[in-house]
Amino acid sequence: MASDRIGMKHGAGGRAMRALIEEVFLGLASPVDGIGLAALDDGAAIRVGDRWLVVTTDSHVVHPIFFPGGDIGRLAVSGTVNDLAMMGATEPLALTCAVILEEGFPREDLVRVRDSMLEASREAGAPIVTGDTKVMGHGEVDGIVLNTAGVALCDRVVTDAGLHPGDRILVTGSVGDHGMAVMVKRHALGIQGNLRSDVAPLNGLVRAALSAGGAGVVAMKDPTRGGLASVLHEMAGKARVGVLLDETAVPVNPEVRAAGEVLGIDPLVVANEGKAVLGVRPEAADRVLAALRAHPLGRRAAIVGTAIAERPGQVILDTGLGRRLLAEPDGEPLPRIC
Amino acid sequence: MADPASELKFRDPVRGRALTEALAREVEAAGRTLSVMHVCGSHEQAIARFGLRAAFPRGLDVIMGPGCPVCVTDTPEVDEAVALAAQGATVCTYGDMLRLPGTVRSLADAQAEGGRVEVVYSVTQAVDLARARPAEQVVFFASGFETTAVATAAVLLGGVPENFSVLSAHKYVPAAMDLVSEMKETNIEGFVAAGHAAAITGWGIFEPFAARTGTPVVVAGFEPLDVLAAVLELVRLIRAGRPEVVNCYPRCVSREGNLPALAKLWQVFDVVGGNWRGIATVPRGNLELRPAFAHANARHRFRIDTALVGGASTNLLAEHCICGKIMSGLAKPSDCPLFGRECRPESPVGACMVSSEGSCKIWHVYGGPPDLAEVA
Amino acid sequence: MCLGVPGKVLSISDDGMSAQVDFFGVQKELRLDIVDVPVSVGDYVLNHVGFAIRRIPPEEVGETLALFDQILKEAAGDDLMAEDVRGEMAAGRPPPGEGGRG
Repeated sequence: MASDRIGMKHGAGGRAMRALIEEVFLGLASPVDGIGLAALDDGAAIRVGDRWLVVTTDSHVVHPIFFPGGDIGRLAVSGTVNDLAMMGATEPLALTCAVILEEGFPREDLVRVRDSMLEASREAGAPIVTGDTKVMGHGEVDGIVLNTAGVALCDRVVTDAGLHPGDRILVTGSVGDHGMAVMVKRHALGIQGNLRSDVAPLNGLVRAALSAGGAGVVAMKDPTRGGLASVLHEMAGKARVGVLLDETAVPVNPEVRAAGEVLGIDPLVVANEGKAVLGVRPEAADRVLAALRAHPLGRRAAIVGTAIAERPGQVILDTGLGRRLLAEPDGEPLPRIC
Repeated sequence: MADPASELKFRDPVRGRALTEALAREVEAAGRTLSVMHVCGSHEQAIARFGLRAAFPRGLDVIMGPGCPVCVTDTPEVDEAVALAAQGATVCTYGDMLRLPGTVRSLADAQAEGGRVEVVYSVTQAVDLARARPAEQVVFFASGFETTAVATAAVLLGGVPENFSVLSAHKYVPAAMDLVSEMKETNIEGFVAAGHAAAITGWGIFEPFAARTGTPVVVAGFEPLDVLAAVLELVRLIRAGRPEVVNCYPRCVSREGNLPALAKLWQVFDVVGGNWRGIATVPRGNLELRPAFAHANARHRFRIDTALVGGASTNLLAEHCICGKIMSGLAKPSDCPLFGRECRPESPVGACMVSSEGSCKIWHVYGGPPDLAEVA
Repeated sequence: MCLGVPGKVLSISDDGMSAQVDFFGVQKELRLDIVDVPVSVGDYVLNHVGFAIRRIPPEEVGETLALFDQILKEAAGDDLMAEDVRGEMAAGRPPPGEGGRG
């Protein structure tokens, strides 16, 4: 059911955005030798000789642009490096960076963002090689918009569609950190605490996981907008399996859990920018988990669920007290009073 | 004494299982289907969120009544808020109300069309906003039951800037139980009363109700163990034929309630009759500002032109919406022909699909009464 | 009804109108206009929309757990009681658990 105007929900990463992409942007797709637009994965993979060229792009419009734990610059670099990594490409060749600035944007802030981008780029080993600069009039764009694109070569592409019944679901750490920190700051909700974004480039962590698990890592995706719930729905839907998630096994930081309780928002639907979800064959799960936990960014990695044959496309949550469906989030989570 | 970990004991799965098993035995011993009703959206949320529906025994029907203040907010009230946004006021609202459709549009629609609509977590945020923007008229769209109305009363009594006013859509929860108990078609044998509303009003107000209707009432909290223990106690009372009021939430509810809060509530608000969306005119269901607070009443300050909101409803599907029956416990969301098809969270027809506490929304999101026992 | 979350009072403002409250991970300022009794640092309060609506008496948490266990025990007791025992009770002895609740 198409609305005739674009609403905020179309950018929120949930069902409405997927519908928009399917209805409007899929029309751009054309056949490629590899994984193209039609797959709607984190990136594209084009065959070049006996290897794959992985390509991805992202625009970043986060507000506030500076938040506890990071800023839009770190977010831009990490986001693109992570999309490449989610496809199995953990050695980025190069990143681009296009900037659209609003007239009046403080130069000092721009330098601060630049410094963050440089730091993240070095962490990831991903050089920024080219860019573009535009300025729009006051009020025509909100502060700063960053677009990054990334390219990498790899030997094996990992999609988000590879789950089979019996495969284990792993998360590389605590969930909900980024979204909760940004939301509390953005809405001036008057909540204080150690809420920090987890924004970080994950290619090193993923490299360790792929090294340990090899072809046993069958699906990967990073839980950005829409959180863990969104990713599990996509993985379940694309592979036509169900997912059984053990809520008690999902790592959640106490600050995030507490903020979620106060605001009435479930951490499972809140964004992360420094975590990954992996689908792993059962025989490889323990060694992939060990490899993740041995890495500084994966200390709280956990096995949180299993793919099942029943209820394809659905995610079942075991709360410890009973079971229910975990819905696919739609739209930005809002603080609620009831 | 209570430390952070002890809060989690109200989610302890071991006690949870014990309560669930005891409940199953009680219900089986009853030898018939038992129907009980709760009148609180937050209870439905708690039940759904922790998967308790899957844990309730067959033979026990835990029905949600008209306890979602968002769901029972009538379309003209939403139209008033939307009209004020269209007329240039800054409308502040709790997140729960943002997407509720009026006759034609919701506040979210008004926002998308350029209206100034702000989501706030607390009424105090709206007051702060008014102070920060003296040139704007800031209207607080006050929704929620008496638990929330006491906060609105407190800020009005504390003094608000001249550019701040309140559009009251507050509701009064005891009316909900009266409403349902008067419906002959229902077969409700016991009620679970809303714990946080009772924290304000006290549990004593249910005694005349229990005596008059001959149905027991338990007051329940919102942790999963609170709900399970209260439902178990209610079933025991039903089986024993004891139409009493039992407080299963003593840490937050007393017999006389929160007297300072009640004093403030009744100083500012009066109970008036009004339409509850999809249900009926409820004689003592709405809370409106008393004349002494007319200066801060948006309905007095503004000539609210709901014609701005659009003409007759173009929503023909609304004719088929059975939210009213669902909220009265006479039908389930799955009985509605629109449920999950034309009426979904992203394209809601009725209020029950919009509110985070609406039956239909919760059923759609959490999967209805899922038969998840069969999943490996 | 509605979302109410318990927290612990860390500090109280000089005018007594607000308190900084800890929710086991994050902190928030709450208004004290409508709490039922005066609160002190270290008290537990119930938060709804940024207002403390109830001071949770410290002994109540432990009592709540005792309440759950009591309800469980009585339910277990129901199963073991035969009809004739119920009859005995109806004749004169009060049912277990009548006192001290609500």
